[in-house]
Parts: sequence; structure tokens; C-alpha cells
Amino acid sequence: MSIAVIGALSLTACGSRDDKKSGDSGQAGGSTTVTIGVDAPLTGDLSALGLGIRNSVELAVKQANEKNEVPGVKFQIKGLDDTGKPAPGQQNATQLVGDKDVIGVVGPLNSSVAQSMQQIFNDANLVQISPANTGVALSQGEKWASGVKARPFKSYFRTATTDAVQGPFAADYLIKDAKKTKVFLIDDQKTYGAGLAATFKGQFVKNGGQIMGEEHVNPDDRDFAAVVTKVKSSGAEAVYYGGEYPAAGPLSLQLKDAGVNIPLMGGDGIQSGDFIKLNPKGQGDLATAVGLPVEQLPTAAKFIADYKAAGYKDAYETYGGYSYDSAWAIIQGVKAVVAANNGKLPDSPRAKVVEAVQKVSFEGVTGKVSFDEFGDTTNKQLTVYTVKDGKWAVEKSGTFSG
Amino acid sequence: MHDLPQQLANGLILGALYGLVAIGYTMVYGIVQLINFAHGEIVMVGGFGALTAYLALPGGTTLWLALPLMLIAGILVSTLTAVAAERFAYRPLRSAPRLAPLITAIGLSIALQQLVFAFYPDAKKARVFPKIPGDPFEIGSVAIQRSDIFLIIAAPLCMLALGWFVTRTRSGRAMQATSQDPDTAKLMGIDTDRIIVMAFAIGAAFAAVAAVAYGLRSGQVDFRMGFLLGLKAFTAAVLGGIGNIYGAMLGGITLGLAEALATGYIQHLPGMHLFGGGAWKDVWAFVLLIVVLLVRPQGLLGERVADRA
Repeated sequence: MSIAVIGALSLTACGSRDDKKSGDSGQAGGSTTVTIGVDAPLTGDLSALGLGIRNSVELAVKQANEKNEVPGVKFQIKGLDDTGKPAPGQQNATQLVGDKDVIGVVGPLNSSVAQSMQQIFNDANLVQISPANTGVALSQGEKWASGVKARPFKSYFRTATTDAVQGPFAADYLIKDAKKTKVFLIDDQKTYGAGLAATFKGQFVKNGGQIMGEEHVNPDDRDFAAVVTKVKSSGAEAVYYGGEYPAAGPLSLQLKDAGVNIPLMGGDGIQSGDFIKLNPKGQGDLATAVGLPVEQLPTAAKFIADYKAAGYKDAYETYGGYSYDSAWAIIQGVKAVVAANNGKLPDSPRAKVVEAVQKVSFEGVTGKVSFDEFGDTTNKQLTVYTVKDGKWAVEKSGTFSG
Repeated sequence: MHDLPQQLANGLILGALYGLVAIGYTMVYGIVQLINFAHGEIVMVGGFGALTAYLALPGGTTLWLALPLMLIAGILVSTLTAVAAERFAYRPLRSAPRLAPLITAIGLSIALQQLVFAFYPDAKKARVFPKIPGDPFEIGSVAIQRSDIFLIIAAPLCMLALGWFVTRTRSGRAMQATSQDPDTAKLMGIDTDRIIVMAFAIGAAFAAVAAVAYGLRSGQVDFRMGFLLGLKAFTAAVLGGIGNIYGAMLGGITLGLAEALATGYIQHLPGMHLFGGGAWKDVWAFVLLIVVLLVRPQGLLGERVADRA
């Protein structure tokens, strides 16, 4: 790829003196290369999920290039590591915005990281699609709970459903299917965990369930003895945990070690193979995850086969399919922009890609991929998984209706 | 309050863990007046040493056989790391201003973390540590998980051994002398370099015991585990009176109890329901530290106010 050609594609929102010159070279080159940025925790305790995201995006990009999905445009990825924390995420966002080749970004994993990135991407008109964020406020504004929904950032999309769907879905399952009416609520005080716990609580109480107690832990804690004792004396029949597997694993393990044999249920943040590794006594623990199980979707069979064939060392994990679809949505957006511009990429494509992504609609790995007026996925399917013989097994799939 | 005995047991066990790590801070401080901020990472490498030993054993080895070997490996790795740190990082700076070794300690801490992170296979995620299988022991209303038995046995043994060593052996008395007045001790023919190495080594051995206990307890070790544990243990050492080995254990147990009780009961006090629970346990632990230091600036068992730091 040539540097001159790359310069052609990518003017930041503030414009640039290079306009004309690079526009010319863009026409001259037979094929231009654009970058899809990936931001996810590639190291640290959430890296199992993050690497799955990075690899799946890479797979999508490879296949787009092989199929010549967008004639005249080649894609490459730029994977950055946010370690699951907002500050590095923000630096990565700035770096991606500054890189003129970047035409769209897939990521991040954590809602709290997304908060630190949205404004930066929005200012640069750079499309961002998260395969995993479930925090409702990210797309519907801070006041969503009181019914005032307003989309804060038009460049932000996600292929994951929100906690407004996930928490209540879990609450319905616990009361109606598992017949547990007394729950102890624990969260890790992060955007994701606290949000999930709050939406769970609302629906659970509405259904006549009883919250036996509430606790907040620190995400870095690994010692939960004091909390476990409270759960034990509360008489709860289940624990609902809003948070992620690095703390959920030891929490569940210490519950069972202390003789409290009740299931721990959580959201997609604990539905990882590492949860089971960290928690050998996890049998019967539950987790909801967004969408239908990738393994069961006919559309996903090819993705799974291709992922295996690509020989990645790390599994695609919970968000692999969604990451692939996120990347593919960006690719489709670019395709639409190119098609509308006489078969070549316009000089400043970023804003146009944002508009095009809003309109995409295709059959992806996880089902139909399209976005509503808030940038949320129109796919509201969820699945409850349970730990069975050292694996996550499907317990129940369904669509949350409200 | 019916679960008070259980919360007290939780606090004692957690506190013993803090205490074991705090010994390392306090011994080094008592002899060279250095706050060895890399000590948390000494714990961490000990944990990984023990894990390596476990992984090297053939699968299916019973934990009763594996545990002593893991302990030896952990102690070996921790001690060697600490001694090397003393020799190459701290000794050249012994006559430098106090700030220089302190900064070195922080740098060393980051370096050790990143070394494990970069070079230990799969250390980028938490690594699974074996656990002692079986149901918890029930003593009345108190349940004690099996893995904690190790800590309950190891912590008092370590303290007794250390107490005996410091007061009864020649080296231990030399250590006391060095801590009271290094120059005079040297004039009396004590090889203070050897004593300093010994202080680092003993602290590291205790750190490895703590690391194995931590691993057994939470079922995992990861490259960042030393940070929080080190911070808490340092607090425990200050709380108990830095420089005093019994103070370190007492401070650890006080801190552990404070955390367990704050998690368990603060929110039941009238008007305090917003300030209790796990989220606030660290706040209350540090409030306790501040209050103790206001009343007794030298710490619970400290003998003199630190004049150098």
C-alpha cells in the first residue's frame, strides 16, 4: 500500500490542505486501503474476550478482501489494547482519530471505556460499533430510565443488546423458569455492572421477587469472605452479580467453598470460558448473553468453520460473532459510500460512512444486522446459559418483549 | 448480628494473610529504614513460583504432596528475587538520599509485574491455582473453607518461628542490634550486609507463604495481585507500628477484622446505611488507620516515631 494513496481517504473533520492532491492520487490508484480500528482489552484479565473480538474483526476484514466485497478498496485492521480501562481507551480513540486511514472502529468491550471514547469519535465523525457494550445510557442518554430517550452520539452503534433488555430478561428467567424469588444482588460499581444490576432489580421486584440484600464490591477484589457471609445469612436462593468474570469466578467459588450452594447469575460479562476455569465449582451458575448462541445459528456455521480454519490461538468467545458483524457493518457502510460516489471512495468519507452504517441491513453471523434510531441493534434476542460439566450449555433462548 | 462469629473468622483469616505480607515490610524497614514497595511483587512472584511447581508435577498428584513442593518453590523464587533486588537495586543506593531507594522500589515493582506479564506463559489472564477440595469445616455457626486451613496453620507457625529466630539465635540478635544501631553493630563485628540480606530473605519467604495461601484461597494468581495485597500489608505494618514484627501481624489482623466488620455491619448502624458494605470497606480500614495514627503516631506496638523515611 502506498502512503500517498492512503492520504487520499481520510480527512479528519477539520479538513486538510491535502484535499486536492490526495484526491487525485486516490483516483489514480487502482485500489485504496483503509483501516478498521479495533479497541479491546488485548491484555489483562479481560483479554479472553478482547482477543476474540480482535480476531473476529480480522477475519471479517480478510474475507472482505478475498471476496473483493468493496471493489477498489482493501481493508486492514489496527488493533489497540485498552486493558479494559477508560484512560487507555481514550488515548486509543485519539490515536485512531488521528490516523487518517481509519474509517471506522470496532469496540470497545467495556461500557465504561466506551464512555471515554464516544465524544472523541463523534467529534471526528468516525463510526464506532461496539460488539459488547450493554450500558443503556451509551445510546439512549442518561435519562433513559425515566423514559426520556435521546441519542447523545450519532457516530455510536452497537450490535449487542442493552442492559435494559438483558437485566429484565434474567429477572424473568429467575422468577418464572428457575422459581427463585429471593435474590441477593451484588455489583462491581462499574458502568456495566451497576447498570445491569439496576435493570435486573427493577424487573425482579416488579415480578414480585424479593431482594434479600445488596452489596457492592470493588472490581479488583478477589476476597469475598465477608460478602459471602452476608449472602449466607440473608437466606437468598440465588445471587445476581452485575460485573465480569475476573471477580465473578472467585465470588461464586468462595460462595460454594463456604457451603452456600446457590447459583450465581450474571450477564454476558461472566459468560466466558475463563469463568469456569476460575471457578471449578460453578456447576449450575447462570449467565445471560446477547443474541442466540452462535453455535446454533445456521448463519454462524460458516463463521465458526472459518474461525477455526484461520487457526487463531484464542477462542472467539462471547462476542466473536458480534465483532464480525460489527466489522461487516462498517464494510457494508463503506461499500454503500463507494457505490454512491461512482465507484470510488470520496475525499472525506468518515461522515458519509456514519450515515451509511445507520442504514445497513444484512444477514450477519448473529442474524439480521441493522440499527434503530438510537444506534442500537434491532436484534433483541437473548439466551440464558448454565454451567454444565465444565461448559456453558444453553438453558433457554428467547426474545425480550418488555 | 447472628453471623458475627463468621465475620470475625473471615477477618482473622484475611488479617493473618495481610500480616504475613506485612512482616516483609516491617523487617526491611526495621533494619534499613527502606519502605520496600516492591514487596507486593515479591508475593506475586512467589505465587507464580508455586504455580510453576504445581504445573511441573505430574497430573493427579495429590495436593498434600504437592503443597510442600509448591511452598518450597515459591519460597525459593521469592527469596532469590528479593535477594537479587537487594544486591543489585538497593545496596548500591544504601548511602544515597532516602528518596532514591524508594523510587527504585517503585520502579522495581513495575518491572517485576511487567516481567511476569510478558514472559510467564499465559500470565496475561489470571492463572488458575489449585484448591484444597471438599466441603467447608463447620464449627458451630462458623464455616471455614478447606483452603484456609493452610493459612490458619501456617501463619502462627511462621510467627512462632520468627519470634524464636529473632530472640534466641545469634543471627536474630545480630539483627536486633543492627536495627537498633547499624554503625555500632558493625563496630561490634556484625556483618551488617549479611543481616540486611537475611531480612530481605525472611520477608520474602513469608511473602511466598502468603502467596500460596492467597492462591489456595481465591483459586487464582495473577500478575497484579501483589499491588493491592502489598498496599494493604503496608498499611497493616504502619498500623501495627512499622519495624515491629508482632505489630505487623497485629496490624494485619486489625485491618482484616476492620474490613470484615465494615462490610458486615456498618450499614446496619442507624443513619449509616449508605456507607457500609464491600464498597466502603477500604474507606473504613483507612479511617481506622488515620484514627490510630492520630492517637498513637508510632502505631499500635511501635516504640519510637520514625525519624527517617
